[in-house]
Amino acid sequence: MTTTSAPSPAVKEPSGGSASSMPKLLSRISGQNISLVGALILVLGLFGVLNDNYLSLSNMQVIAEAATITGLLAIVQTVVIICGGLDISVGSQAGVASVVSAMVFTSTGTNAFLGMAAAIGVGLLIGALNGLIIVYGRVNPTIATLAGLAAYKGLAQLLSDGRAQGYVLNNDVFIFLGRGKIAGLPVMVWILVVVAVAVHILLRYTDIGRNIYAIGGNDTAARLAGININKYLICVYALIGIVAAIAGILLTARTGSGQPTSGSEGLELKAITAAALGGAALKGGKGGIGGTLLAVALLGALENGLTVQGINSFWQNVAQGALLVIAVVIQQRRSGERAVGLPN
Amino acid sequence: MTRASHSPAGPDPSEGQTEEASPPSPSPGIVDVTKRFGAVRALGGVTLDFPRGQVTALMGENGAGKSTLLKILTGDHQPTQGHIVLGGERVVLDSPAKARTAGIRIIPQEPEIIPHISVAENVYAGALPRKSGRRFDRAELRRRIDADLARLGFADVLDPNLLGSQLTPAQRQLVEIMRALTGSTAATLIAFDEPTSSLAEHEVDALFALIRRLRDQGIAIVYVSHRMQEIFQLADRIAVLRDGSLVGVQQADTTNEAELVRLMVGRDLSTMFVRQRVATDRLVLDVKNLTTDDVHDISLRIHAGEVVGLAGLIGAGRSELALALAGDQPVHSGTATLDGVPLPSGRPGAVIRAGLGLAPEERKAQALFLQQSVRANISQVVLDRLRRSRFVRRTAERELAQHYTDRLRVRTPSIDHEVRKLSGGNQQKVVLARWLARKPKVLILDEPTRGIDVGAKAEIYQIIADLAADGVAVLVISSELPELLGLADRVVVMQGGRITGELNHGEATEESILQLAMADDIISTRTPGASS
Repeated sequence: MTTTSAPSPAVKEPSGGSASSMPKLLSRISGQNISLVGALILVLGLFGVLNDNYLSLSNMQVIAEAATITGLLAIVQTVVIICGGLDISVGSQAGVASVVSAMVFTSTGTNAFLGMAAAIGVGLLIGALNGLIIVYGRVNPTIATLAGLAAYKGLAQLLSDGRAQGYVLNNDVFIFLGRGKIAGLPVMVWILVVVAVAVHILLRYTDIGRNIYAIGGNDTAARLAGININKYLICVYALIGIVAAIAGILLTARTGSGQPTSGSEGLELKAITAAALGGAALKGGKGGIGGTLLAVALLGALENGLTVQGINSFWQNVAQGALLVIAVVIQQRRSGERAVGLPN
Repeated sequence: MTRASHSPAGPDPSEGQTEEASPPSPSPGIVDVTKRFGAVRALGGVTLDFPRGQVTALMGENGAGKSTLLKILTGDHQPTQGHIVLGGERVVLDSPAKARTAGIRIIPQEPEIIPHISVAENVYAGALPRKSGRRFDRAELRRRIDADLARLGFADVLDPNLLGSQLTPAQRQLVEIMRALTGSTAATLIAFDEPTSSLAEHEVDALFALIRRLRDQGIAIVYVSHRMQEIFQLADRIAVLRDGSLVGVQQADTTNEAELVRLMVGRDLSTMFVRQRVATDRLVLDVKNLTTDDVHDISLRIHAGEVVGLAGLIGAGRSELALALAGDQPVHSGTATLDGVPLPSGRPGAVIRAGLGLAPEERKAQALFLQQSVRANISQVVLDRLRRSRFVRRTAERELAQHYTDRLRVRTPSIDHEVRKLSGGNQQKVVLARWLARKPKVLILDEPTRGIDVGAKAEIYQIIADLAADGVAVLVISSELPELLGLADRVVVMQGGRITGELNHGEATEESILQLAMADDIISTRTPGASS
């Protein structure tokens, strides 16, 4: 139902030149994405009527900036879900990276690039460790990363002694990342765009992406078709570590210091919710970056709207949990699974 | 799609109770049953009775409506129109539990066995005997299961203390049969859904003896199978479905194979496949003393253009050998070379690149990406040739997929159609298309026609013949001996993980293969389902 089935008869027709690009584009927008666009318009319209400032350009930028970190994590969450896995430690990983980037920055005499490199290096190691535990320790991904959720959070707290670390907003690089703009758009949003486009190209146009869908669709068949699935899984978890580290660095740049938990706690829920809402099948084999980004935008718009309306933030947690369940219920309904016993 | 079908358009939904008796017939049956799933008509106006004390075989190609008919009998589906008759009365069976209480039982194709509990608990799962206060009564369970085993004559083939996971395929089937024959109400109708597809030849004989005994007790037997031979051994009447309609009910002793095939496919078809021999002397695959966890000391040679058949009973190690050659099982000793180059062990990708392909036994579980398109399924093993610096060349991919879809006549609306929506035969063709596109030097086909209708089978035989004519060395694993005899230049027979013999085309017969497949010494210890 998602964009996998996109190249419909419209694509088959001799596509010569620019004239056919429009129907081609339309045919790629799937049913799921149309309902997301509908929901987004509904949310924007509703809060726009309730509050005059909601639809202003400045508030849109606030929404976009707030959604960036979630968006980065949701993109890599989508990749691992397509593989048939899951990573609920993404928020804790971002926390570790945030602390590491700020502390290395401070201890190397305010070298921003060393700070960022160290954070990304640590992210890569943590991600690869997740992959190794899952593949060679034969630990269910949910359990392995649940353990990681706790352990990496503790690691961030140990490193930072539980406090915000360093101050980075005396550095041009961090200021640029957190506050800068290119062509009117915040740098943070540009980073999200670059990562999203790169991952989208990886998934859709390369054999690596095909193999990732194959692994999630049927891992036995993927193995017998010659895919080294161990290598792929470890690399996907390592990729999560790297992108989570980028999210952590942006968190540091935005808040001005390394944050062990604040700002990163609960991001795993948002990331998984966005991926599921965006059409990534939790059984694996299905999903796409387009749907996930739309879902990130929807979640961001909703969260901001509720805040602007002054609704208790506890309700936002309830709303988020409800959305995740609804998204999965819709998925299962569509797959026609019978309501007997524990779901697959 | 399950839920939507609950509209009780036809029958009165009033709690399975009786109405003014319609035709006063004592045999169970269905009257004018139509079943629609949305726009699709799975069954159309089928009226069929299942006389007690007779075996009624149900035949038809895949998608003819056999499964839907069974599911209506067992309460899984509700008919859109029409009704079920039991004991001369109209009944509504709106749940499997109600059908069971009414005396209808089904032995599913794949027995549902709980792995970590005993045979006894498996048989009585859901209805375990208990003492007061819901305490489990282990002694009573033991007493009942012993009595059941004695009554059914299974005492020496089925140990009630074995765990579900320790059972052979035949024993798993026995557990399902025991479930059907125990319980508070007696069975009046038992449906067997392709019960022999995972059984070895001698186990089939035992099963048939049991079915005949049940029939003689006055139970109505419904028997679904693709295998002609079995049908004629067992059935009294043969009902043929085609595209959801009943096209004929024949008495087994007045019809023949050709007539049934004609009814099923609506055209004549020669059932036996005879192939031109094109084997050359050029050795392609040379396996020497290969030993893994499951197979021992295997030596096997296949030449270019040769089709070698691999026969054996279930559990003989044929599929395990195939997986070992494909690099999916660790090799302990011995070698396999392809064109003189050693095949890498434990790395399926490297084996494929070396030129060996495997179409495995379970196409849905081991070969296909069901949610993905025909195109993606075909190109998956060819991606390394379709890519330019890791980008898949889409036009080339589409052309390739289209070419092989056309060449194998895969019946699909387009190459972008999801594979799970195709029929079994067309799914198997997609798997074959994948390997034709890869152009391997050696192709191993494990049960390439299992569960496939007659028409598609003939097409697959032709594909195999074409492959051999192109110089591919082909190894075909099959449990259908006529198929092996028709296809193979040589038949290699395995038993207990070892090769027990090799028969040339001239000397291979069903009898000679079976003899090698059932060497006495091991059979008595390994497969207790043998005695009957």
